[in-house]
Amino acid sequence: MRLLPTLIGATSAVALCVAAQAETITIATVNNGDMIRMQSLADDFTSKHPDIQIEWVTLEENVLRQRVTTDIATKGGQYDVMTIGTYEVPIWARQGWLVPLDDLGDDYDVDDLLPAIRNGLSVDGKLYAAPFYGESSMVMYRKDLFEKAGLEMPEEPTWEFIGEAARKLTDKSNEIYGICLRGKAGWGENMALLTAMANSFGARWFDMDWNPQFDSQQWKDTLNFYLDLMKDAGPPGASSNGFNENLALFQSGKCGMWIDATVAASFVTNPNDSQVADQVGFALAPDNGLGKRGNWLWAWALGIPAGSEKVDSAKAFIAWATSKDYLQLVADKEGWANVPPGTRTSLYENPDYQKAAPFAAMTLRSIEAADPDNPTVDEVPYTGVQFVAIPEFQGIGTAVGQQFSAALAGTVTADQALATAQQVTSREMRRAGYPK
Amino acid sequence: MARAIPTRQKIVMSVIAWAIAFLIFFPILWTILTSFKTEAEAVATPPSFLFFDWTLENYVTVQERSNYFRHFMNSVIISLGSTVAGLVIAIPAAWSMAFVPAKRTKDILMWMLSTKMLPAVGVLIPIYLIFRDTGLLDTRLGLVIVLTMINLPIIVWMLFTYFREIPGDILEAARMDGATLRSEILYVLVPMAVPGIASTLLLNIILAWNEAFWTLNLTAARSAPLTAFIASYSSPEGLFYAKLSAASTMAIAPILILGWFSQKQLVRGLTFGAVK
Amino acid sequence: MATQHSRAAARLMMTPAVILLLLWMIVPLSMTLYFSFLRYNLLMPGMEEWIGFMNYEFFLTDPAFFAALTNTLLLVGGVLLITIVGGVLLALLLDQPIFGQGIVRILVIAPFFVMPTVSALVWKNMFMNPVSGLFAWIAKGFGLQPVDFFAEIPLLSIILIVAWQWLPFATLILLTALQSLDSEQLEAAEMDGAPPLSRFRSIILPHLARAITVVILIQTIFLLSVFAEILVTTNGGPGYATTNITFLVYAQSLLQFDVGGGSAGGIVAVILANIVAIFLMRMIGKNLDI
Repeated sequence: MRLLPTLIGATSAVALCVAAQAETITIATVNNGDMIRMQSLADDFTSKHPDIQIEWVTLEENVLRQRVTTDIATKGGQYDVMTIGTYEVPIWARQGWLVPLDDLGDDYDVDDLLPAIRNGLSVDGKLYAAPFYGESSMVMYRKDLFEKAGLEMPEEPTWEFIGEAARKLTDKSNEIYGICLRGKAGWGENMALLTAMANSFGARWFDMDWNPQFDSQQWKDTLNFYLDLMKDAGPPGASSNGFNENLALFQSGKCGMWIDATVAASFVTNPNDSQVADQVGFALAPDNGLGKRGNWLWAWALGIPAGSEKVDSAKAFIAWATSKDYLQLVADKEGWANVPPGTRTSLYENPDYQKAAPFAAMTLRSIEAADPDNPTVDEVPYTGVQFVAIPEFQGIGTAVGQQFSAALAGTVTADQALATAQQVTSREMRRAGYPK
Repeated sequence: MARAIPTRQKIVMSVIAWAIAFLIFFPILWTILTSFKTEAEAVATPPSFLFFDWTLENYVTVQERSNYFRHFMNSVIISLGSTVAGLVIAIPAAWSMAFVPAKRTKDILMWMLSTKMLPAVGVLIPIYLIFRDTGLLDTRLGLVIVLTMINLPIIVWMLFTYFREIPGDILEAARMDGATLRSEILYVLVPMAVPGIASTLLLNIILAWNEAFWTLNLTAARSAPLTAFIASYSSPEGLFYAKLSAASTMAIAPILILGWFSQKQLVRGLTFGAVK
Repeated sequence: MATQHSRAAARLMMTPAVILLLLWMIVPLSMTLYFSFLRYNLLMPGMEEWIGFMNYEFFLTDPAFFAALTNTLLLVGGVLLITIVGGVLLALLLDQPIFGQGIVRILVIAPFFVMPTVSALVWKNMFMNPVSGLFAWIAKGFGLQPVDFFAEIPLLSIILIVAWQWLPFATLILLTALQSLDSEQLEAAEMDGAPPLSRFRSIILPHLARAITVVILIQTIFLLSVFAEILVTTNGGPGYATTNITFLVYAQSLLQFDVGGGSAGGIVAVILANIVAIFLMRMIGKNLDI
């Protein structure tokens, strides 16, 4: 079987490594599809840089985040390249933990990066991590079910329409649920959706004096709308569904609509994985007529910890993995629909991509519509659309997420959940010394 | 037993026992079966039990993505290493507790067990800092040390309860014949205690193999065992039941096979002094 | 037999084990104790200062604290109850002469070999998922509404998963103990016409008392620190329904990276664990003359 060649391959790789005195860089990354692909294409990089060897550490998102944060904060020095998000980058860069990436080579074309994404990864105009893929959120829906129900999805739906359509599409006896939304507790799970959604309802996490706002009418409206919608039209078990669970549900044809990361578009339209690949339509995340849509902004990016002794090799890798050439490489090997989306303007101007990826235009519009500096209707003291870029947020976000998840599971009422959320957040913020 | 067992009763008991054993084993069986399905079949309703297109594609995918053999070797080295180290430290201690008991022996034993109650999550940061400063991060040695310390109390206790069953006169006799302490333990006690030691060894290999907090948090690329391998499959994007099942099967198969082959040895010494 | 010489030797032989464990306990513990009096967040270096008992006050007044305490006790107690009752019944069954005893035993002990992360993932996704899980399919086959495990009975679901992993361990120990039971005694009772239940109560159960104690002791040690199963399945929610002390400390120290608060939580957990330990040791002392 494949066993022996692999073993021999591994042994000879070790031998080579010793012979050539190659430098080995350790790269920590998440187990998302695009990163897995990067790993399998890395031969292209090592053939261009024979003096650099790569060790991969691929972990599930939560484990990865915990590992790299522990390591960078204690200066453990285990990794030369870390996969981090738009939440970490500004916080870590301000601490001086990341190597600035202002010289990724002449042909890197840093101005080609989408402004919204680049902005989210820069501090004081300096780029601290290079985007590998970027995403916003949007509505993915089943054209066939919409047609059958006599509905038509507008390009810019309102929450009211989404609510109506979801209820109409629902056919529980046939396991068709009108809408699938995240419910699993976690700052990057249900709170990403709910915070972005709350923005379109005009709610905010904090007022300008850092007072939590969960006692506001806007949050109450958001949560009640979400709970009612999920009760009428959501799948069972929604309170433990995150991105992956919903993706699996949608791919197996059980959701009428799904509001989630734009990057999911290429998975739900991939006939190898999705049973509904040819029936998926896309629309912008819903709004409420207040001028803000409920879409977030996120990028997985590659950064170099300040303690790394192999900065040059690490930079060479990052420049390779986030370059235009890499997009071309993926396109050649796997087709344009599979290139990592959401990072470069040139990709969205490429006619081949536009043709292969029916979701391209909607993805770009969604990304451009998100503004981390002014995420919601009223002014806020923080940056971040679906998160608040302060170190305390991971803990607070998850604690609040647990309350909302409990409300979805029906163990507490919406009012109780909001009251506890307000209390938990006030407590943590007081402890952290806010207002600063 | 002295009496003849009525066959009918034996059949009824057998049926019940087999049914229950099957139920208990079913989740594992289901995982193994699912690992041979395609992703679409893995979530299909109604689920197919045996009549589906058996495929190896999940194993191929998993093997292409990660270096299973390196993780596997790390797991082997770490669990064997920590168990052997634990035995070397524990055998003398258990000898002295069993054959030269002092007033405080029981207290010491209980104190040892209570060190196992330290919540690992609470001391990760201190340990991480120590490991960083001693260069033990992401080394197999580091993990061997941690797992030895974690499982040492259990090893000492198991050995102690086993040694206690061995009549002290025999050791005494050896001593009278002029055996040194070293040869008394090595050539008299250890051979007599082989079943107990084997069982301790097996139990600790299992515990070390499945330890998923320290092995995940103190490793990066070089020394990561199979627990880290699983962490890279635990929730990838999209339909993943089949791939997860394949990775799970690969992670648990070695220890499952070991456990099955050695279950007699494992069971024989697994009494913790519960049998008089 | 204990001569002066061998007493000294014996102490010497214990030293490595004792010193190593002492180091392993004291070094991290004293660091944790020290950190627990500091304002110390890994993500905000340079702000460390002595703040006395504030971290403790904060941890103990956390609304999640009492929920976590109750959940920890329920989790440990629930798993113990299931594994011991189930283990005794299984051991009695496996002690009977049956066909293919070896294979049956192999099947029954298998769950003990499975990594906690794997078993949690498998149970969550392939069995308890209310849409595509096997239980949901069975329920629908009977025309019932599938149970939404992690929303309706989150803690019980986790107890079931953990109990599945530990049932084999309990069964094995109890079975070994059962096999050492003098069968003549049982037969004599049977001759006397004692009904099975009273034979069980008056002969078998007392004989198993020591084994049950051992199972309680060892499992409690492991069950106090159940963590992977919670992280994988519910993340401590919904609400605080599945947050145990270990998970609470995790949230504080590895989600928030609040080393000070996490350390205080860790110390509280150590104290609580020791209370449990003392309680257990008392019980063991009675039942197990070691």
